[in-house]
Amino acid sequence: MSSEASPAAAAPIETDAVIIGAGPVGLFAVFELGLVDIKAHIIDILDKPGGQCAELYPEKPIYDIPALPTVTGQELTDRLLEQIKPFGAELHLNERVDALKRLPDGRFSLITDAGTEFITKVVVIAAGGGSFTPKRPPLPGIENFEGHSVFYSVRRIEAMRDKNVLIVGGGDSALDWTLALQPVAKSVTLLHRRDDFRAAPHSVEKMRQLVETGDVRLMIGQVSSIEGEGNQLKAATVKSKEGEERIDVDAMLPFFGLTMKLGPVADWGLHLTENLIPVDTEKFETSEQGIFAVGDINTYPGKLKLILSGFHEVALMAQQAHKYVHPEKKLLFQYTTSSSNLQKKLGVS
Amino acid sequence: MPAPLIWKALPRAMPKITFIQPDGSQQAVDSDVGITLMEAAKIHDVPGIDAECGGACACATCHVYVDEPWQDKTGTPNPMEEDMLDFAFDVRDSSRLSCQIKLTPELDGLVVHVPAKQF
Repeated sequence: MSSEASPAAAAPIETDAVIIGAGPVGLFAVFELGLVDIKAHIIDILDKPGGQCAELYPEKPIYDIPALPTVTGQELTDRLLEQIKPFGAELHLNERVDALKRLPDGRFSLITDAGTEFITKVVVIAAGGGSFTPKRPPLPGIENFEGHSVFYSVRRIEAMRDKNVLIVGGGDSALDWTLALQPVAKSVTLLHRRDDFRAAPHSVEKMRQLVETGDVRLMIGQVSSIEGEGNQLKAATVKSKEGEERIDVDAMLPFFGLTMKLGPVADWGLHLTENLIPVDTEKFETSEQGIFAVGDINTYPGKLKLILSGFHEVALMAQQAHKYVHPEKKLLFQYTTSSSNLQKKLGVS
Repeated sequence: MPAPLIWKALPRAMPKITFIQPDGSQQAVDSDVGITLMEAAKIHDVPGIDAECGGACACATCHVYVDEPWQDKTGTPNPMEEDMLDFAFDVRDSSRLSCQIKLTPELDGLVVHVPAKQF
């Protein structure tokens, strides 16, 4: 997926805090850190903030956010974005943190799959169920071809020129790429399990025209196996009601939606319990000093995976983060209702 | 003369559900009525039912194959479920998302097969 991204040579971004995950809890972390003068950057793998709220249930109502009897995932995200606006946290979307390591001076270096490097004093992991990643069809050997002849996204259309392309799926991604690649590819085969598509009707209509003129082949069935040499895919066997057919394939694009995987978090040397990060309930700190875990990704006795629990967790986390970021300053507990200092930060006084 | 009394199994209040794994191993569980097949699987720790989204019909990771004789009783997927099945692997005519099957006394004895992979 990221193999074609060239690492940027830009200077690292130096900051107080990096928040991994722009779900509701990651967004509210900006607020709580901001109140204690900690400047944060947020990184998320999705192309929009909101995490599961925006990706899985933007239109579905949530009923257990205090003081909001009903709010949709998208509304909650929008309101949080408005609430954290005064703190000007920079949002880095479409990026996944691949590496996290401690530097000799005690700070942390984070590097994303786009090559962006952050140098930060504290890290807040608010990664929910992990990073949203394209579903990998469980076909034996598929991992050998990924990034070379099996792609879950296309960065350069030119890379598909004169290739026999097999696109699998029935949603917008599958249809959009069928239409976009047809003019450059040697051949485009669209394979879907049924002759019914979830994609926008006008793209389905266009695809059907191309099928009519013989410019796109539409197959109704499922891939049962793939074969190739090294990292180069050569053929796919398609199983359909009519039987099996082996077709020549130079590049395959499977579109089966996204799933949440813990991903690189597992490689950062943190103590994990069943894919969750154990934390204490005073500071919500991980086994590594200066790295916090909040929201659905953490675990502690009595943990409930609720958005409201995450909100509480970031408030306490920020208290400890302040000790690392501003060790020379004593933190005075204040209320936003009465503190002119806090109100100044919020831009309301 | 009264009709001879024929013993007939009454639907049980706790339908028994049998999950068959790809390796052939079976697990029979007594389930409550009114919950979904996915919830019954989770309560009894049936392997291979991931249910990532928690039953919102938003992920297709609770995919099962309904044993042939039971397919009439469990019915067919609604359009939303049919759409979500696009995200499952090796979809067959017997494919259902277990979060969309509500357990009733009539489903006592139901047999379903867990797919080899949930993606």
